[in-house]
Amino acid sequence: MGFFDKLKQGLQKTHDNIFNKVNKLVYAKSEVDDDFLEQLEEILLGSDVGVQTTEILIENLKKRVKTDKYEYSNELNTLLKDELKKVFSEGNGQKTQVFKITKKPHVVMIVGVNGVGKTTSIGKLAHNYKNEGYSVMIAAADTFRAAANEQLETWAQRSGAEIIQLQQGSDPSAVVYNAINSAVANNHDVVIIDTAGRLHTKVNLMEELKKIKRVVQKILPEAPHETLLVIDATTGQNGLNQAKEFSKYIGLTGLILTKLDGTAKGGIVFRISNELKIPVKFIGVGEQINDLQVFDKESFVKALLED
Amino acid sequence: MFEELSNKFDKVFSFIRGKGKVTEANIDEFLREVRRVLLDADVNYKVVKDFIQDVKNNVLSQNVFTSINPAQLIINTINSQLIKLMGEKRTDIHFSNNIPSVIMVVGLQGSGKTTFAAKLANYLRSKGRSPAMAACDVYRPAAIEQLISLGKQVNIPVYSDDSKDPLKIAQNASDYCRQNFKDTLIVDTAGRLAIDEEMMREVETLKAELNPTEILFVVDAMTGQDAVNTAKEFHNRLDYDGIILTKLDGDTRGGAALSIRAVVTKPIKFVGIGEKLDAIEPFYPDRMAGRIMGHGDLTSLVEKAAEILPQELDEKKLKKLEEKLNKNKFDFNDFLDQLQQIKKMGPLSQILSMIPGADKMLKGREVDEKPMKKVEAVITSMTFKERENPNILNGSRRRRIAAGSGTTIQDVNRVIKQFHEMQRMIKQMKKGKMNNFLKNFNIPNI
Repeated sequence: MGFFDKLKQGLQKTHDNIFNKVNKLVYAKSEVDDDFLEQLEEILLGSDVGVQTTEILIENLKKRVKTDKYEYSNELNTLLKDELKKVFSEGNGQKTQVFKITKKPHVVMIVGVNGVGKTTSIGKLAHNYKNEGYSVMIAAADTFRAAANEQLETWAQRSGAEIIQLQQGSDPSAVVYNAINSAVANNHDVVIIDTAGRLHTKVNLMEELKKIKRVVQKILPEAPHETLLVIDATTGQNGLNQAKEFSKYIGLTGLILTKLDGTAKGGIVFRISNELKIPVKFIGVGEQINDLQVFDKESFVKALLED
Repeated sequence: MFEELSNKFDKVFSFIRGKGKVTEANIDEFLREVRRVLLDADVNYKVVKDFIQDVKNNVLSQNVFTSINPAQLIINTINSQLIKLMGEKRTDIHFSNNIPSVIMVVGLQGSGKTTFAAKLANYLRSKGRSPAMAACDVYRPAAIEQLISLGKQVNIPVYSDDSKDPLKIAQNASDYCRQNFKDTLIVDTAGRLAIDEEMMREVETLKAELNPTEILFVVDAMTGQDAVNTAKEFHNRLDYDGIILTKLDGDTRGGAALSIRAVVTKPIKFVGIGEKLDAIEPFYPDRMAGRIMGHGDLTSLVEKAAEILPQELDEKKLKKLEEKLNKNKFDFNDFLDQLQQIKKMGPLSQILSMIPGADKMLKGREVDEKPMKKVEAVITSMTFKERENPNILNGSRRRRIAAGSGTTIQDVNRVIKQFHEMQRMIKQMKKGKMNNFLKNFNIPNI
């Protein structure tokens, strides 16, 4: 059999819920052996958790098994969940914390590479803040992408948020300046800043983000109160570089993990959490306006394992 | 592109290069590292598993233990397997004799379909086609507006209407092409966040009714393990003709490209390498494998230079430069000339990524073009006499140049020092010490 045939055959099996496999795996085996660990490794690698984090998880699991003497499947299941949860830093969180506003206007800046679902997430986020009873203004600072304004306008209408925009090609900082001033003048509770998608390796564009932040701070020195990086659940190991670079330039307070409704598992957030300690704050699970949920590691890991 | 993968390969290779003879344990150890590199690059774990096994079998069957240069043997094997994995030859886009040739662009939301459609239209026009585009993504807010706006930027007509019916829009667009002598129609279809039945049925209908010459599947180069699932699903339903890899201009290692190619055995036809509408390149598997291995892509560089040189560098000029070099009379005029030649070849980072070894120094960072501008400003602020005879640059002249170019004396000094270094390097080059020359080529300080 040729190389390609082998490969095709290997990939024929449908990729059903990856953590479902853990479940099956766990119940099929009553003891931890190399075979189990190898299968577990494949499962973790296959959901983008990454080599490093996978190795750490497996090492930890081995150690735990040694000291705690968990040997049976149901106990192992609990233990595995436990180890997975441990990877997430504190601050992944409670709803009350996420929507807590200490000062008006509360400025939320949304950043990310191209095509991860920033604009859509902003629409949903605006809707969430609205539901909490806040008045929301959106600053359309993606002045680069063709028709970004129109797309955001549609979302603003759906969520009932106000929107500040200038024409395509204008300085994004100018949009933000106008928006913050207007929010202060009109006593708005929340300002959400949409920024153009940019690859984290483009120095000029990253500097532009810095400038936007500076402009915000000129009016409100303590803002932005949240800087959220949007990461697509299908993203591979490059997600770590994204988080690192955005963090280096403007500092991140959290992540939004989008497109979790597909077959992708978003395992990269395990690695980001483990290596950079940036908490996941929201997850996007669909295309509707109320499909943005507050991230909760308990139910995240639980859902992954018990689906 | 693929810089980091190349770097990692280099690290692993230098480890094996240090050994004269290898044992099977050595090979296993090395291949474990290769496995990590590939996994870290988002190559699908099953593809990696088979790839490693394949390389090992191949290496063992070649008498690696008695080989004089086992490192080279293993490296060559990996290289040839990589090329094989990425589809050995370049495959172009096909056209039909019917008017118009329909090219359908499909893929998930956010993969870059719409931007790619415009880039492709622009590219095909430069190759003598007369393209139009059809905006059939009737779901995503403002998707049609986006394509229309992109069409305006490249001055290529976009057909759309308010019917909210993708098939009708595409058919009308096809009529439009026939009436307006457009021989190629690029159809931008709707994407979803993930595969769903409704979307698949819609593109299937489009395929059945439009009978496209080409269906191109667009995928984000940053995609992880899930890439093969999506690619396979689309493949099962549409049996597309080619793959497009977008956003390769970041620091992603693009392992998804390898996986998809291996799983669906369809060729990768183009790669997207930037935000501008001309940032599209044909995909060459052998060159890409070369890049991964850290050999650089000299072929592309030479081609790029060839595009510019005929107009810019006539024989006379070349000869003059050669004479000057021979007489050790390389002056600031030549320095400036060289700078401007390089600038014409495109962004510095792109050129450097093609030079073997240069990507190692860059490590995925973007090259700052500002220092180059500064050097230019300093030189242009010199008098002709100064440029020809740099030795007369005394303190007061340097002060004047700094003021004139808006730089500092330190900057001017640095440029002069670099110039002298370059002179020295040219002398070395003439003595045939090319290696030293490359060692001295310290990019960040240009």
